[in-house]
Amino acid sequence: MMKAYLLAAMVGAGFLASSLTASAADGSAILQSQCASCHALTQPENTSLDRLWERKGPDLYYAGVKFNKPWLVKWLQDPVRIRPAGEFYRKHIKKGDKGDVVDESTLTVHPKLAQADAEAAADALMALKGPEGLIETGKYDADKKPSPMAKMLFTKLRGCYACHSIGGGKGGLSGSSLETAGDRLQPDFIYSYIKDPQKIDKGIWMPKLKISEQDLQNLTGYIAQLKGKEGK
Amino acid sequence: MNISRSVLLLAGMSLIFLGSLATPASAADDQFKHAEKLYDTYCAQCHGADRDGNGLNSTFISVQPRDHSDPKGMGDIPNDEIIEVIKKGGLAANKSVLMPAWGEIFSDEEVDQLAAYLRHICKCGSN
Ligand code: HEC
Ligand code: HEC
Ligand code: HEC
Repeated sequence: MMKAYLLAAMVGAGFLASSLTASAADGSAILQSQCASCHALTQPENTSLDRLWERKGPDLYYAGVKFNKPWLVKWLQDPVRIRPAGEFYRKHIKKGDKGDVVDESTLTVHPKLAQADAEAAADALMALKGPEGLIETGKYDADKKPSPMAKMLFTKLRGCYACHSIGGGKGGLSGSSLETAGDRLQPDFIYSYIKDPQKIDKGIWMPKLKISEQDLQNLTGYIAQLKGKEGK
Repeated sequence: MNISRSVLLLAGMSLIFLGSLATPASAADDQFKHAEKLYDTYCAQCHGADRDGNGLNSTFISVQPRDHSDPKGMGDIPNDEIIEVIKKGGLAANKSVLMPAWGEIFSDEEVDQLAAYLRHICKCGSN
């Protein structure tokens, strides 16, 4: 008799717990169980080059100051490649006819989430703000239109194009594609990253260049308006 | 002296000999180990995994990255210029802006190590 009650209670508790996780997806739990193996969710203490070589995905501990949430929700359900040569280009290249090319066979498809899980994971990601002062907020003036020279700064004068594509099969491959950067990234993040990439992602193979405030505004404005076809 | 002792002695001597051969080589590798890693992280994207100027990005840029394995081309560039270009970028030596400035990322010591490493891979001594 006693035993039967106990059993019923245990089954009931188990049922409750499982129905709870099923109805309201727990974003943090998803991140911990499905994402932490490739992404740093807390600031890593080790910022050595070796760590950069070994990490399997970009750091996400400052996702909340980097991404636009609508983009996250969409991308997590239908991920398209952002880094043409994957996470760490040096491990994904082979000899081609004219020089190094991306070794597609070494690149994997990103895990996909169902809609409810994508929304929950995006919420949890947006709560990850990284350390205080990681990015400069309020410096970028979104009201000012970028000058017509802004594109030239990017493609010619400052050499950004050497590493970043803006779509159309042109531009370098070792940096992220900025084709949809306006959908993907917060303008303050774009501004702060151009100003000091190393402060945000220590050791990253983007140079820290001396760029005037005016050029920073223009480059940020130019990149922030790069949007995917649907966004235009 | 019996045979087994002389064999042992011989073996010991050849070990020492082998050892002395191996040491300078691995010391040279060690000397460039950090520079090599820096190169593979920051320079290979344009200058190529083979250091021949044909990196992943090279087909997309209007000025070809320098072939670092070319003894003539690299031998003609003085040490000062190599160091200046790594620190301040191509523009500092009237070269293309597509060669970026790395002085904000590397310490002076690392720049010197990279410059020495470039001399090592072009087999073109120091100017
Ligand atoms: C097997 C390793 C792996 C796992 C597991 C993984 N990711 Fe990723 N993730 C990557 C890689 C590699 C990239 C870079 C993809 C690209 O640039 O195209 C990436 C990119 C991302 C990005 C874009 C980051 C940026 O800076 O542009 C987000 C957001 C993301 N992952 C979230 C997640 C979430 C949420 C999960 C868990 C549900 C997850 N990832 C699981 C490897 C992984
Ligand atoms: C030598 C290659 C290189 C050059 C030159 C370069 N970048 Fe980058 N850039 C990178 C890499 C690598 C990243 C990091 C991508 C990642 O998160 O994996 C990056 C990231 C960025 C980001 C953040 C985007 C993101 O996807 O998270 C912006 C914005 C950016 N670069 C703008 C610029 C601008 C503007 C210039 C020119 C002034 C420039 N970059 C020049 C390599 C480069
Ligand atoms: C974004 C692409 C890019 C990256 C990354 C890059 N370089 Fe270059 N580099 C170039 C280009 C292009 C040239 C040719 C410039 C010219 O001839 O006008 C060049 C030229 C050079 C030269 C010859 C300069 C001269 O005076 O002729 C040296 C030395 C050099 N690079 C070293 C390096 C080192 C060391 C690194 C890594 C720390 C590096 N480069 C990373 C593009 C790059």
